[in-house]
Amino acid sequence: MTFKLNSRVVLGLAALAAGVLISDWALAQAAAPAAAPAAPPAPTFNKGDNAWMLTSSVLVLLMTIPGLALFYGGLVRPKNMLSVLMHVFYTVCIVTVIWVVYGYSLAFTGGSPYVGGLSKAFLMGVTLDSQAATFSNGATIHEYIYICFQMTFAAITPALIVGAFAERMRFSAVVLFIPLWVTFVYFPIAHMVWYWAGPDAITDAAKAVAAAAAGPAKVAAQAKLDEVMADAGQVFIWGAIDFAGGTVVHINSGIAGLVGALLIGKRLGYGKEAMAPHSLTMSMIGASLLWVGWFGFNAGSNLEANGGAALAMINSFVATAAAALAWMFAEWAVKGKPSLLGAISGCVAGLVAVTPASGYSGPMGALVLGLIVGPVCFFFVTTVKNALKYDDALDVFGVHCIGGIVGAIGTGILVNPALGGAGIMDYTVGKIADYDMATQVIAQFKAVLTTLVWSGVGSAILYKVVDVLVGLRVPVEAEREGLDITAHGERAYNM
Amino acid sequence: MKIVMAIIKPFKLDEVRDALTSIGVQGLTVTEVKGYGRQKGHTEIYRGAEYAVSFLPKIKIEVAVDTQQVDKVISAITGAAKTGQIGDGKIFVFNLENAVRIRTGETDAAAL
Repeated sequence: MTFKLNSRVVLGLAALAAGVLISDWALAQAAAPAAAPAAPPAPTFNKGDNAWMLTSSVLVLLMTIPGLALFYGGLVRPKNMLSVLMHVFYTVCIVTVIWVVYGYSLAFTGGSPYVGGLSKAFLMGVTLDSQAATFSNGATIHEYIYICFQMTFAAITPALIVGAFAERMRFSAVVLFIPLWVTFVYFPIAHMVWYWAGPDAITDAAKAVAAAAAGPAKVAAQAKLDEVMADAGQVFIWGAIDFAGGTVVHINSGIAGLVGALLIGKRLGYGKEAMAPHSLTMSMIGASLLWVGWFGFNAGSNLEANGGAALAMINSFVATAAAALAWMFAEWAVKGKPSLLGAISGCVAGLVAVTPASGYSGPMGALVLGLIVGPVCFFFVTTVKNALKYDDALDVFGVHCIGGIVGAIGTGILVNPALGGAGIMDYTVGKIADYDMATQVIAQFKAVLTTLVWSGVGSAILYKVVDVLVGLRVPVEAEREGLDITAHGERAYNM
Repeated sequence: MKIVMAIIKPFKLDEVRDALTSIGVQGLTVTEVKGYGRQKGHTEIYRGAEYAVSFLPKIKIEVAVDTQQVDKVISAITGAAKTGQIGDGKIFVFNLENAVRIRTGETDAAAL
């Protein structure tokens, strides 16, 4: 009897407890939707996105060292091999240091439409919890990763330039020129093209406009939205698109290379002595590492591990292969033999051209882009360079600047959803914006011209400053003996 | 004693060595050299830059032999190195005044 009573009490208590718990849960469920509109969910980190961006950052470093270094190194004479490797390695190291001191802040904080401010100098205020915007609402990555990822872009861009003045530039001139160039040319261009407030800031401001009652509240909300939209770089405001750096990286470095080659002059014996590449084996290894690393560069520029990254990846396969084939067949037809150097040069030209288009074009657009850029760059490095007689030693202008221009303009066309492109997101309304070819291509031209003028003029001034301070060019005897021994006191091959 | 010096195509070296060994030659010296003769050079193209390569890689062999063996050596080299194409090379013969084997101090024919 007692037992039965007790058991009933126990059962009753249990039922009561369960009822309370269930009703608490039900209340919590009911309360949640009511609270939601007041406070939108805070942006969240996705471990997959972060893992992909950590990987991409390292892949872009791989592009520069050893990829670019070996690609360039194989193309010079053996007496200058180490000097080229050293120029690239030095560039990576000095830009990395400058980037955390003030580079990241100048490129990626608000300020003017032309350059950022110093609010994040020495990475001030950046913590383990700091977030960087991606291209999706409510999704961020850790700011430290974004800093590293963009750091590798800042490092490879000036490293591309050194190919133009290879085999004759004084090392102390390189040591001075690279920090000056990233400060006055790269950081402003990166800011102009890539800096913006991010999707959440725009969407929130646009929602506030929609929600505001007519009258002063509406005007204030609209002013706030205008302010958010204006918190961006000038080229971005024009509406030009550059997914992974056609203007910022390739046109920027390519024109700086051409200006350098013109100011420093031709190598001794250029056009008379043999200056054949000393190891196309190294160049092939380097070009292949560039291709592999470029997936971090292009697919990483999507900032998230999603379909956009996948699109950038397939485009980076297709355009590259098409450009390598196109260059190879063009050379076979015009020069009589399909060379390995031609195939790997076409590979790099294809990567350059697809860089701005990688997240915007469809794969068939990328295929066409590759087929076009291969022969165009082939024509520049074999015919235009010889006709104009400038000594852009490793064809930085012919491949990166010209390939970058083809890519930048091509992106404005291939982004068209009617051509299989991805279109451009309008974050104020949360859907793909209407596409108008004339508007987009004009914006792309403005981006190209801005980069050409800013980098062309800026680089010319900086070369002159360096020339006055330490002299751009090594003495004649040093150039004859080779920069490895005279500048670095070592030789590449002791056999 | 004579020195027989021959400039041959690089890929013919092993055949020449076998031919000389089979007639009793006990040693020879090999050097990688470059040069030109009637076989002119070729053109290399790197992107737009064309270079005329006028010196072609060859192998120079030097063998010291007794005077009466010279004709056999010449025919052995000629037989082994000949392809019938321009660029097969040439053979030069010099007088040799003296020879010493460093290990034993033997001289002249005994040193060969």
